[in-house]
Formats: sequence, C-alpha cells, structure tokens
Amino acid sequence: MDNSVLAKFKLVKGPIYSHCFSADRTILAITCDTKCYIYRMQGANSPPKLHVTLENHDKTVTAVDISIHGRIVTCSQDRNAYVWEPLSDGTYKPTLVLLRINRAATAVSWAPNGYKFAVGSSARIVAVCYYEQENNWWVSKHIKKPIKSTINTLSWHSNGVLLATGGTDGYMRVFSGFIKGLDTKEAVTNSPWGEKFPFGSLIREFYQGSYINDVEWRSNLEKIAYVAQDGSLNVADYQGNVQSVDAPEGLPYRTVVWVDEASILCAGYTRHPVLFTENNGTWGFSKDFNKTSEGIAKSINSLDISADDDETANPTFGISALKKFKELDLKGSVSASVKESAHLNAIVDLKVFNENNGKVSQVSSCGLDGEIVLYNL
Amino acid sequence: MSQSLRPYLNAVRYSLEAALTLRNFSSQEVERHNRPEVEVPNTSAELLLQPMHVSRNENEQVLIESSVNSVRVSIKVKQADEIEQILVHKFTRFLEQRAEAFQILRREPIQDFSISFLITNKHTETLKTDKLIDFIIEFMEEVDKEISEMKLFLNARARFVAEAYLGEFVY
Repeated sequence: MDNSVLAKFKLVKGPIYSHCFSADRTILAITCDTKCYIYRMQGANSPPKLHVTLENHDKTVTAVDISIHGRIVTCSQDRNAYVWEPLSDGTYKPTLVLLRINRAATAVSWAPNGYKFAVGSSARIVAVCYYEQENNWWVSKHIKKPIKSTINTLSWHSNGVLLATGGTDGYMRVFSGFIKGLDTKEAVTNSPWGEKFPFGSLIREFYQGSYINDVEWRSNLEKIAYVAQDGSLNVADYQGNVQSVDAPEGLPYRTVVWVDEASILCAGYTRHPVLFTENNGTWGFSKDFNKTSEGIAKSINSLDISADDDETANPTFGISALKKFKELDLKGSVSASVKESAHLNAIVDLKVFNENNGKVSQVSSCGLDGEIVLYNL
Repeated sequence: MSQSLRPYLNAVRYSLEAALTLRNFSSQEVERHNRPEVEVPNTSAELLLQPMHVSRNENEQVLIESSVNSVRVSIKVKQADEIEQILVHKFTRFLEQRAEAFQILRREPIQDFSISFLITNKHTETLKTDKLIDFIIEFMEEVDKEISEMKLFLNARARFVAEAYLGEFVY
C-alpha cells in the first residue's frame, strides 16, 4: 500500500462537481448542489473550516474558479454566472454576469491575468466575459461557430488569448479569446499557433469522436492534453499531431493535470489518479496512486462457484452446512477485507495544490462522494 | 450454475461497468431541464451511445442502452412455457408496482423485455456503482431460480388440488 494520500476531507454529503483553491492555497471553494461553500484551509491535518456559503443560484452549481486576485466565479445550470468580489470583512459581494445564454452553464475558467473568464454552456456557446467599467457589470462576447454540442471543459493558455474547449460533440477546439482593450498583441507575437487572433476565430480543431471530458494546456511546450469518454488520454501540439494512450483499466478519465513537462496525471471513474509519462517522445502508462485491490468484492461471487463444484465432488455434511450459513451471512454485506481507496466514487476534478519550478508535487481532487483528497506525487 | 451462465453474466457485468460512466448533464433542448436523455426523444444524436445487446439465447437477453447521463438496462427473463410466461409477468408486475422503493426500477419494461432498470447520474452519485452492478447481476441470477421454484410449487399445488378434487369421485 502506498502512502500517496496526504489528507482526506469529507466535506459534504452530495457530489462535488468542481473545486478550486485560491492562489495562496488558503481558501478552498467547492460546489455542492445549488450552493458554493468557501472553506479556510488549516493545514493537512485538520479539516478545512467553513467560512461562507455562496447561495444565489437556484439550480445545480456546475463549476467554480478563483482568480489570482481572489475573485470567485460560479456558474450553474440555472443559466447564470456570478462573480463574487471579496470584501474586507470576509464576505463576498455577488455581481451577475450578463451571459446571454439560454441553457445551462457548464464550465468556467479565469484567464491567467484574472481580468476575464470563459464560460462554457449547453447552448453550444462559449461566453468570454470581462468587466465593463462604464456600466459597472460583467459583459460577455460569444463564440458560437462551429460548436455543435455542450461544452464540458475549458482551459486558457498562459498568454490569455488561446482558449481550448472540449465538449460532447467529440471535438477539442482551440479558439482565440482575444478581447480588444484587455489583451495586447505582444502576448501572442511569435505564437506557433498562428499569425492573427481575432476574437472567436477557430485556431485548430482535433476530432476525437467521443465526449471530451477535460482539456489542459501546457503553455511552455505549446501542447494540450485532453481526456475523452473512450478512455483515452491525448496530447496534441500546434502542428496538429495527436498522441493517444488508452487507460489501462478501460474506464474513462474525467480530469487531467500536467505534473511536469513529461508527465500527466489523470483521474476518473477508476477512483484513483493515474500517472502517464513521456519516454523518448511516446506517452505511456507509468504509475497508479492509491490503487486498491478492488477485485476482492467481485470475487466473492466467483469464489462460491468454484466452491460449489468442490462441494459436489466431496460432500462433507458439516462443511457444507457451515458454508451455507457463511453465505447467508455474506448476503448484501461488504466483506471486511475490502480496502477502499480514498475516493469512494468517481473523481471529477483534479487541481494543482503545490508546485515548485514547474513541477507539481501535490494535487487535490474532488469526487462524487463529497470528498476532497490531497495526494503526494 | 451452468457453464454458459458465467460468461453471459460476466459480459453483462463488464458492459455495465463501461456504461455506468455517467455525468450530470443539463438538457440542451429544453431550458432549465435536467432529464434522462435515454428516455426522451432526442434530436442530438451524440448524446445517445451505441446500445449493447448481450444475449445467451433467444430467451435470455440483456439490452443496455446508454446515454450521457442515464442507462437503461432491460432484461429478458427465461420463459420456457406458458406457466413461466404467466409467472414472469406476475412477478415483474409485482416489482414494478413497488418501483419507487427500488429506485432504479422502471415502471414499464421496454418492448420485448420482461423488466427494465433506469439508472441515472443521480443513482451513480448516491449509490456505489459496484454494488449497483452486483445488484443487477444478482437479480439476473436469482430471478431464474425464483421462477423455477414458483413453477415447482405451482405444479405441486396443482397436483394436490387435483388429487383432492378427483378423490371425491373414487368409490
């Protein structure tokens, strides 16, 4: 058994679809049902303390993100997004964002500079939102073409212009999110992705054919990692090359983070993170973290079949009676020998928790079981 | 347990494991709705996945229809003769009338099948997926036994009734 689990916090009963830490890792925001809870971190040993509850949404909150300035943005299936401005007394002031979408908002991500963010939606639209000084509200510009289905995930390049999106239409697309007056042309000079970046233009698209569950930029390498519902991890570059690796366990990943230039961490329905590394230019499976022998529970069924055969061959009355009662005893109960992994249900989001010189040493995860787990890599 | 039942159940188990990778998915068509996509007429084809059909023989089949946020599992229970047909119908009807207590049970089976389950992302979020699969597999194992037991019981009872009735006419 490895000791990769640094800490495990059971925070809420329902599923956590998204979580996020502030830049200094003191504040943790999680989504749960129609609310967003803000916690103060108290180290790895004691559980985070509930600080504020943000409740303006009336449908499931789907995503939360914190900017480098500490502003929190939440978006929800009620078609709205709010920006929560931290006040000096520790509370938050909500501002409604004019998203102008008529379906659920599904994903949100702040640009690295913290002055704009992108919201993905079921209306087949990506809304890039920024603050308009003269009107004192957050307005949005839409990217519509050629998105054909719900957007699941968004990721900004560190230059704040290129925006990678993935959705249920099976395409991973790179758009330009260039906002005049906010972004400068200097940010994208010498970018290998193209010459001109007018707002909303499609820079590249990669066809996967199954739902894209998560995308993540590695800006200094100009590469994008994305995971899809077909159980693959793909790494795409600006030349249009895609390298693909299949999950060893076959179940799809929901989330992906870059650990360093040659390793990627994925997690999903297998309930534990999996590390992939690049060796001599090819990506391959490297390591499981916190993997448990989940085969035990399953083998109860298959075990008693083989035992059944033995019994008919060698009918000893006392033993079979004993076995009968043992079986009765096992009905519907969990055998005690099953060691469970830190997450009891699928992991849906991984975030970097600790990073030194571009190498990630700790990550955090949230899952459908309502837990936040910190892993040592 | 016979030799061919094990691979059949294993195939169902692995297909279910793959199918039960669901997510919360709000409707693309109707505003502020969140509905099981497998159950509604759908204009976005990408949300419905390829159905999986596992069959042991023409009497025992499983159809797994999956979508982005829900899976419909339909089981055809073995019905060798008319008595079994009646028994299966009564048995599944008994269960379906109590569907809300079963959570994942669908009130009506889809056409050509004896019983259907509807598993949505709400279920995979609140229940353990392994146990959910175990439940369905166990149900498939048990239901055949149950039906044949009921059939034996019915036959024994019929024989007893017939003997008691016809005994009146013996001099």
